[in-house]
Amino acid sequence: MRFGNLPAPETGGSFAKGQSPASGTSGAFGAAGATGVAAAAAAAGASSEGMMHFDRWDALFEQVREKNTKHRRLVSRLLRLAVYLGAVVTVAVLAFVVGYILAKGIPALRPELFAWEYTSVNVSLVPALINTVLMAALALLLAVPFGVGSAIYLVEYAKRGSRFVQLVRVTTETLQGIPSIIYGLFGMLFFVTALHWNLSLMAGACTLAIMILPVVMRTSEEALLAVPDAYREGGFGLGAGRLRTVFRCVLPSALPGILGGVILGLGRVVGEVAALIFTAGSIAQVPSFATEGFWALFDSARTLAVHMYALASEGLHINETYATAVVLLVLVALLNLGASKAARTMSKGNNDD
Amino acid sequence: MPKHVIKEGAARFIFIASAGISILAVALICVFLFANGVPALSQIGLPDFLFGMNWRPANDLYGIFPMIVGSIYVTAGAILVGVPVGLLTAIFLSRFASGRVARIINPGVQLLAGIPSVVYGFFGLVIIVPFIRSVAPGNGLSLLAASILLGIMILPTIITVAKNSLDAVPQKYYEGALALGADHERATFRVLVPAALSGIMAGVVLGVGRAIGETMAVVMIAGNQPVIPESLFNGVRTMTANIVLEMGYAADLHRGALIATGVVLFVFILLITLLFNAIKKRSEVR
Repeated sequence: MRFGNLPAPETGGSFAKGQSPASGTSGAFGAAGATGVAAAAAAAGASSEGMMHFDRWDALFEQVREKNTKHRRLVSRLLRLAVYLGAVVTVAVLAFVVGYILAKGIPALRPELFAWEYTSVNVSLVPALINTVLMAALALLLAVPFGVGSAIYLVEYAKRGSRFVQLVRVTTETLQGIPSIIYGLFGMLFFVTALHWNLSLMAGACTLAIMILPVVMRTSEEALLAVPDAYREGGFGLGAGRLRTVFRCVLPSALPGILGGVILGLGRVVGEVAALIFTAGSIAQVPSFATEGFWALFDSARTLAVHMYALASEGLHINETYATAVVLLVLVALLNLGASKAARTMSKGNNDD
Repeated sequence: MPKHVIKEGAARFIFIASAGISILAVALICVFLFANGVPALSQIGLPDFLFGMNWRPANDLYGIFPMIVGSIYVTAGAILVGVPVGLLTAIFLSRFASGRVARIINPGVQLLAGIPSVVYGFFGLVIIVPFIRSVAPGNGLSLLAASILLGIMILPTIITVAKNSLDAVPQKYYEGALALGADHERATFRVLVPAALSGIMAGVVLGVGRAIGETMAVVMIAGNQPVIPESLFNGVRTMTANIVLEMGYAADLHRGALIATGVVLFVFILLITLLFNAIKKRSEVR
């Protein structure tokens, strides 16, 4: 701790405050805590010259103390001001970003924007929206089983601190730190080029699945850890094996927490651009599942965020860009709402135990 | 063998396999990045690549030094903008805000974290860039614009991590400071903040990681000239921007050089992750 850095006059000063008017001697001692050298002088003065100088010394100390108090109050006030200012700046930035996008975008939300077909004249966002849903569903389908399975292994099966567990943790942390452009590069090199999937929905979804894997895994792990051990003991006590205990006793009560992680992952999928432009491409059409069936998964598809990036960099459809931004914002806000609701359910469920 | 034993064994195997996925993913990412980037690196020559001042793919000149400096400048700018505001907001939320105010601001911070980077980039393009253009020389697409926008984007990271570590400081530290005669502000700044310092530092490092890896928002507002900027109002190109801008049409050595840029960025990120872990471990030991 850094108590040593607290300026001495402060503690000594407030100590003296209560004492000095009572009697001269204790006043001098009270002040001794304040300023070492001056206090020594005061003690010396007291012993050699007698009582008459105490008044003068007291006055001097009173002066110094008052100055310190004033200074201290000023610093405190400035600090408080800074803290409030920081919070105000944050709130103002948030309000400005969201408010500006909404103010410009809501009037631009015309019905034509929700036409089924994208054309270069009417840059409809519906195909991109559908692609986003497809992409998110695929990515979750790939990431959630592995993420939850690996969390189950780490919490329910593994010996704490084994080599393998440590390696899993280190790699998960590494994955979490990797920026999305690196995922995009990797997806391009591996799925698109090496596996010959071309720019496709599938390549994009696989790339995103790896990207959100650590998010799903970490939140699932925390959710499982939050389940009381009594649940497991109950399961074993009733004669269930480990597998049945995990699925029947532990997972159900960890479900809201896992859901929270899944929603967090969804949020990243919805807003992702850098990982997708070189893996899923930017064709503004829904892959035609009706005619191609399964192989439509290997068609290029732009998601809503990629759509917005394309519009913004073309610079021809500014109003439509605002409108797309509004749709994205609404999606993200809804997902946030869902995540916090899941988190609340989780903590409420555990408080009942 | 009884049926349930087989089932248990199979389940165990599946769980282990899914835990292995993240190891496999990291291994694949390393292998594919390095396998595609290193040949270009050796052809260009590592010193020429890292410290070359000229990026002219048409003339086979691939020096990414301006981009490395650009990434560092932009990140430093983001830290200068984001950390003071973020830290003060975290202190506010942790120790100054009433319950009701915190309940309003916390979801706001979450929303700030959730806004996609392309929306931030567009916001920068229509608000920050024109503003800088009107008050400063140049066309507004600049280091300053990127720094401000990235500072905003790393705010939620810093706020969340710093707030968590401030909340984790034992209440008795604060009470001890009050008992020694400190007022609320002094106790917060002289006792709580130093006690939470390693957690706060971890948040800052996490913010650095986000800022250096951010791509789309930076591409949209940084101007992207591959030269070291001479002033705040000059354009700047980061490593991430370099990849996104040219990957679409690059071929052969040019493509290899872009992937090698990704490798350099990857190494930067690995170093930052190591630093983050070291700081976090230190704060846990305490």
